[in-house]
Amino acid sequence: MPGSTDTLLDARDLIISYDTDNGVARAVNGVSFTLRRGETLGLVGETGAGKTTTALAIMGLLPEETGRVEGGSVLFEGEDLLTLPREPMRRKRGQDISMVFQDPMTALNPVMNVGEQIAEALRSHQSISVSAANARAGDMLEMVGIPRGRAVEYPHQFSGGMKQRVVIAIALVCRPKLLIADEPTTALDVTIQAQVLELIARLKTEIDTSMLLITHDLGVVARTCQRVAIMYSGRVIEMGTIEQVFDDPLHPYTHGLFGSIPDITRETRRLTPIDGLMPDPFSLPEGCAFAARCRHALPGCCKPQSEVDLGGGHMAACWRAADIKARRAGGGL
Amino acid sequence: MRDAPSNPSIPLIEARGLKKYFDTPAGKLHAVDGVSFAIRRGQTLGVVGESGCGKTTVGRALLMLQPPTDGQILFKGVDITRLPQRELKGLRAKLQIIFQDPFSSLNPRMTVYEAIAHPLIIHGIYRASARAEGRVLKLMEMVGLTRRVVNTYPHELDGGRRQRVVIARALALEPEFIVCDEPVSALDVSIQAQILNLLQDLQEAIGLTYLFITHNLAVVKHFSTEIAVMYLGQVVESAPTAALFRNPLHPYTRALISAIPTVNIHAKQERILLRGEIASPVNPLPGCRFAKRCVFAAPRCVGRDLPAEEAEPGHRVACARWRENLTPT
Repeated sequence: MPGSTDTLLDARDLIISYDTDNGVARAVNGVSFTLRRGETLGLVGETGAGKTTTALAIMGLLPEETGRVEGGSVLFEGEDLLTLPREPMRRKRGQDISMVFQDPMTALNPVMNVGEQIAEALRSHQSISVSAANARAGDMLEMVGIPRGRAVEYPHQFSGGMKQRVVIAIALVCRPKLLIADEPTTALDVTIQAQVLELIARLKTEIDTSMLLITHDLGVVARTCQRVAIMYSGRVIEMGTIEQVFDDPLHPYTHGLFGSIPDITRETRRLTPIDGLMPDPFSLPEGCAFAARCRHALPGCCKPQSEVDLGGGHMAACWRAADIKARRAGGGL
Repeated sequence: MRDAPSNPSIPLIEARGLKKYFDTPAGKLHAVDGVSFAIRRGQTLGVVGESGCGKTTVGRALLMLQPPTDGQILFKGVDITRLPQRELKGLRAKLQIIFQDPFSSLNPRMTVYEAIAHPLIIHGIYRASARAEGRVLKLMEMVGLTRRVVNTYPHELDGGRRQRVVIARALALEPEFIVCDEPVSALDVSIQAQILNLLQDLQEAIGLTYLFITHNLAVVKHFSTEIAVMYLGQVVESAPTAALFRNPLHPYTRALISAIPTVNIHAKQERILLRGEIASPVNPLPGCRFAKRCVFAAPRCVGRDLPAEEAEPGHRVACARWRENLTPT
């Protein structure tokens, strides 16, 4: 529950826009979610849903020239990260909150060996001798399944999966309280993805950290998260436990997403895609951003949608969600 | 305009012992190493495997975009690897390809109209672009593009629409066979489903035959009549789709299926976590190329090449231990 002591991260009504040559792009339009200690929350959405922008805002890494937080707060252990001055935020970043990016090829410094890169993360936050830092870097490499002897090698000598392990080692070397993983396995092959997901889950328990996992892949969420928040057009439109959302998706967009995915365990003759496209962030509709593509849309959908609690923390930003739930329970849908 | 239906017992396209080697400073890279398959008219063969398994090279070699080092490619029974260039060019109209990235496979300076009309001009069906208008609009309608976008440039379109333009261009010459190389991998899931359904509808409407290349086993299961699983240049298992998923026999196929995260949270999935990563395809040693990562590897798996065996009708597997009903410990 928001505000309770086991809440680590509490994002409320976050609004972020980008200034561009074409006008103001409204990337995030009132995102709210909470992350409890020890929990893994999946943040799911398609391109342009605002997942990465949300993560960058939490990290204080929005592009300074163009990105603008217009409202809301991000409480981390009760402290608003959005109002934190530059220097305290820099100390937090990497120490208490760290991030793994999608592409391990560009996240590493090509002219620095991987051992130094891990040690550097440690030394920029803790007063520790060079030799002790190097020793910790070696331990960290072993923890992610790379022999410590490879600490002197450079990124180009590692495969994609191994590079991502190095990035994870850098992110976790300071034992952060929160790890934000932004599509950490999207650039990897599926058998390597399975290895890396297993690794992240194991380390998360060992280091006792909480995780915000950003992905477009609902299967990855099912495998790694306890709760999930579905984003669309800069808002969380449905949130709940994995069982709540996967067994009984109540927002029509979530329902549409599941219909679009061919699944290995099911026989589907034909997919049921969602027609149309996500609305243009330069001219968002006043009401529900999904209404134009929604099969259940009614005139009432053109009003702004508030979040409806459907019980047990399962929430959907659709005024018809309770109706849909009741009709589905009665076999009407 | 389509040829009279040919003998249905002859596959539309067939690869026999297809090999494609590349010279590299480190030695011969065996990108494709003895791949054979046959696809009947109106069917889809899904080729699935991870980066570096040679699936894209199979597609390119099949269309003679990268002529094979060895082996035969039979299109309606004729070996096209031996055809003179001029005849091959005529044949190319019938053999098309759709690439993964609809951004880099469209010329940014050509409008939608020009892109779709281009193959018609190259093959001399129309002499001037303007005359192709009726045909271009018809093709746009077939792939679900509104007339409104006819004069737009690729950068003005989203990924899904761009891929529709690529598909319309591939259809312009009334092909019989299309290689689809990861056609939906660059797209968001809701758009993916639209494009997959479009490809399916086109297949039913005009009897297209597909080679569908992807790393996504779920997509290939949904889409294909038969599946070939590739690992380091070789097909390790091939079968009709239902048989492959009911009874996967090769340990790599089983690992691949088990690695796919499913959205069905109540499904019981076998969990086989592979060790290590794909090895180098340069100068491979004889024997099973998967042995190094295989949890069931035994001494007899290496040293000599393993021929594929027929486990059940149409289901072939190249594994020394497929009969043993192995379970991971």
